[in-house]
Amino acid sequence: MSKYPEEFRYTKEHEWVKVEGDTGLVGITDHAQKELGDIVYVDLPKVGTIVDKGKSLGSVESVKAVSDIYSPISGEVIAINETLTSAPEKLNEDPHGAAWLVKVRLNAPDEIKQLLSASDYQTYIGAES
Amino acid sequence: MSAPAPLKATPLNAIHREMGAKMVDFGGWDMPVQYSGIIDEHHAVRRGVGLFDVSHMGEIEILGPEAIQCADFLTTNAVSRLKEGQAQYSGLLYEHGGFVDDILVHKVSDNHIFICVNASNQDKDYEHIRERNRFDAVVEFTSGEYAQLAVQGPRALTTLQKLTEVRLGEIRYYWFVDGKVSGAAARIARTGYTGEDGFEVYVDPSDAPRIWNEILQAGQEFGIKPCGLGARNTLRLESAMALYGHEIHASISPLEADLAWIVKLNKGEFVGRAALAKQNNDGVRRKLIGFEMRARGIARDGYEVFMNGLAAGWVTSGSPSPTLNKNIGMCYLPVEHARAGTPIQVMIRNQPVDAETVDTPFYKRAK
Repeated sequence: MSKYPEEFRYTKEHEWVKVEGDTGLVGITDHAQKELGDIVYVDLPKVGTIVDKGKSLGSVESVKAVSDIYSPISGEVIAINETLTSAPEKLNEDPHGAAWLVKVRLNAPDEIKQLLSASDYQTYIGAES
Repeated sequence: MSAPAPLKATPLNAIHREMGAKMVDFGGWDMPVQYSGIIDEHHAVRRGVGLFDVSHMGEIEILGPEAIQCADFLTTNAVSRLKEGQAQYSGLLYEHGGFVDDILVHKVSDNHIFICVNASNQDKDYEHIRERNRFDAVVEFTSGEYAQLAVQGPRALTTLQKLTEVRLGEIRYYWFVDGKVSGAAARIARTGYTGEDGFEVYVDPSDAPRIWNEILQAGQEFGIKPCGLGARNTLRLESAMALYGHEIHASISPLEADLAWIVKLNKGEFVGRAALAKQNNDGVRRKLIGFEMRARGIARDGYEVFMNGLAAGWVTSGSPSPTLNKNIGMCYLPVEHARAGTPIQVMIRNQPVDAETVDTPFYKRAK
């Protein structure tokens, strides 16, 4: 099994989205957490926030630096992962699972086609490093 | 367009890569920023022992009958007061009183001064010293002759002792001894940039990989960790040690940087003395001070500092403190506000976030 789930779609900014019906679960990739190092803060939008594809939806902060999280898709935030507020280090441990960031109700589901597949993403990060 | 200059590599570069360190371009050097993680490495140094490759640091030596006079003229601290085998932290200044670099001056003998300088400043430092050398002394650029390993932490002594017959416990803080480590010639200095006990060991580049591996083996029982520049930065910040390019640079004087203790105005003429004497007389306008975040947020280098809604200064370094579990930093403020207990706001991503100035160091080891 690949480290990068096949059912996810990926951005070049190292976010992932997993579409389930009309919602998308959003997170950052394992590659991103490795690049960031020890994550100490996660800033997430409030439930009800409208996010746009490619725009900042929050930030993650490591010991060394702060990085924007860019939304891979457009829609309304319907849930946020509250556990990351008190335990941001979970993002280093399980970025593709328990440490998802937000759940978004999609308002433009077609956007997903513009995102990278797991194998394209892995080629991309392979080429980047 | 010309191709960027290739990164410079230390003699331990291949080892860092083999061991899986994350490498970064640090001032033109391909250096490990972390191995197991900044926080993990940081704790290893505070609680046990850590090993750093700091071979990128530069070395400049002054040799000859007037080596001491030359070094005294070029630096702010009193070289003439050093005994053989003693080292001191010092400043290399421009005539206007700003920093060329911050340096470690070691007195090897009456006609031999050994200076450790910052990696990215070494060429400029060498030119600066050479141009101003009007003494019976020769200035040599010897960076290529040394690799430097820093063994730091409460178990540094016990670790390094396994590899040398030099009685490390007898080397006092900021003194050094020329001896052998793992059978190879080494200059062993009880100095460091972490706020812990420890040693900085200067060796021949060809011996460095073997000594690196032997130190890691010797420290195994204490949980030794190879450490990168990330932990080096959080460790030095907790100890409020200046970093060139951040707390100090060409437009900052030692008096502003809270480093009056390395300036000996009465030792005689030295480069920058007149400017510092004037500053000392008139008073400086801004001063370095530590702060802790009071609200959620991490200050980063270059962020603006506000007081009562007005821009008042800037952050020179900021980071989470792994030891104290607080977000700390240092900043420049107008001198009248640069004392502990002043409420300030740090502009973090366009939001003012509350912080308060505090005395430094943030962390001091138990003696």
